[in-house]
Amino acid sequence: MHVPKYLKYSKDHEWANYDEEEGVVIVGITDYAQAKIGDITFVELPEEGDDTERGTSFAEIEHHKGVEEVYSPVSGKVFEINEALSESPELINQDPYEEGWLVKIEPGDLSELDEMMDAEEYEEYLSELQEED
Amino acid sequence: MRYLPHTPDDVREMLDVIGVKSVDELFGSIPETLKLNRPMDLPTALPECRLRFELEKLASVNRDAGSMPCFAGAGIYNHYVPAAVGQLLLRSEFYTAYTPYQPEVSQGTLQAIFEYQTMMARYLAMEVSNASLYDGSTATAEAVGMALRIFKNKRPVVVIAGHVHPEYLDVVRSYLTHPEETLRLVPGGSDGRVDMAALDAAMGPEVSAILVQHPNFLGLLEDLARLRETATKHESLLVTTFSEALAFGLIKAPGAFGADIVVGEGQSFGMPVSFGGPLLGVMTTRKAHVRSMPGRVVGLTSDRHGNDAFCVTLSTREQHIRREKATSNICTNEGLCALSAAIYLSLLGNDGLSKLARLNHHASRHLAGRLAAIPGVSLPFGQSPWFNEFAVDLPISAAELCRRMADGGILAGVPLSRFEPGQERRLLVAVTELCSGSEIERYVAAFGAACA
Repeated sequence: MHVPKYLKYSKDHEWANYDEEEGVVIVGITDYAQAKIGDITFVELPEEGDDTERGTSFAEIEHHKGVEEVYSPVSGKVFEINEALSESPELINQDPYEEGWLVKIEPGDLSELDEMMDAEEYEEYLSELQEED
Repeated sequence: MRYLPHTPDDVREMLDVIGVKSVDELFGSIPETLKLNRPMDLPTALPECRLRFELEKLASVNRDAGSMPCFAGAGIYNHYVPAAVGQLLLRSEFYTAYTPYQPEVSQGTLQAIFEYQTMMARYLAMEVSNASLYDGSTATAEAVGMALRIFKNKRPVVVIAGHVHPEYLDVVRSYLTHPEETLRLVPGGSDGRVDMAALDAAMGPEVSAILVQHPNFLGLLEDLARLRETATKHESLLVTTFSEALAFGLIKAPGAFGADIVVGEGQSFGMPVSFGGPLLGVMTTRKAHVRSMPGRVVGLTSDRHGNDAFCVTLSTREQHIRREKATSNICTNEGLCALSAAIYLSLLGNDGLSKLARLNHHASRHLAGRLAAIPGVSLPFGQSPWFNEFAVDLPISAAELCRRMADGGILAGVPLSRFEPGQERRLLVAVTELCSGSEIERYVAAFGAACA
């Protein structure tokens, strides 16, 4: 399972990356999450300008057997959404950390990122989950 | 299905499990004052043969569309139902109201629904149809909810333009948490159609959709081209509903005017008037909005051998998967009624429908012309186009006229006072292919006599 070192992770399997140049937090779902979900058929994203609140659902990922919620790791405002996903939701399956990003959020409080796991902690978390399985 | 009654032991066991002493205890929250506490006041039991006689006697008091010429409409229309419709519905394979989930065992039902969807989408010039809803009123309510959902509740108002069936509006209101805030009513103008100036004034960036009935509740045709323009100007959706599905056999379908959601009542297609039900809720939309559409959709796919196969699709919007986030809490359809419509439309075909619609329209115009010639009688909206139903103003109370004509063996129409106070002398008259030339003559004579 691919877990890039430079990202932050949530227990709900979202990743977040602060882009200093743009001043935004890029959010997506992890390789683990996309593999668990399977073939993604549709993604419903928020609109640019929408407010996001940490821990509340801001997007939905639809697959063959159901729908998964995506929870925002930070509070703020949606700066940009990945328009490519409306035509090609499979990008999330193919490249969850680059082409398959979901939204860019203008964060209200960057310190919220510090409460997320780093790569090492997330890998540990994943191995715990796998033991439970 | 077997009926297995509970034995006293079964009941005891269940009560023990949930820790309740008696069945009565389960109703403990109902105040004593509301309980009857005595046997119901019912006549003594009758033997079956006597009971049947009693019920037949009661039933024979009814004056219904099966026993006399019917000119009543107002949402339900007395069209002829070909014998083949009823006969095919008798097939036991179709006798379930539920859409079967397992495509392995229900290809026939799924195909029938697929054909129904295809017919509805084509007939209304729309891109997608669902597998049906309960009736025209609930379909209209679902369309309002859908319009709000498409804008993610960022445009919280729906404008109700002109004469939408009052009972449909009642249902729409009952679906909404704050109907007064959500619905903005634009009354009909002096010609019985949408007052365009009033509509313009009611529009704004908070409006998600214009809802219009076409043909409207008074039977009149609305100017959908202008309604589309107005909706587009304000980036709102155009939602249309109908209660007389046959109209589009003659007039241009709402989809051809660019409507975004088209819903309505499908009863005219092979369902009897039957004291008001069961009915058929039609719902169609554009592909772009399919994920906001309630209800289920049957799709065509292929099995592993490459053969055509049908299956329920897009069920990820439905309650059994999405729980409280489903597009609607109604996740069922009117399977048998949808099948009636599919059989009916197959029997008539394009030409048949078009001829039938013309027949309705011409008979209706003929009767309206004859009535307008009776002294004291006028057509309040006679200058506006209509399909097969029209309003007529009388010198006497419409309810009284209906009573007199029913005594003479004719159902004259529906008094509008039933829906709107202050309309005591206005009658809604519907004419279908079942109203023969001689019946129309009888109607005119009885009508003139009742008004004199």
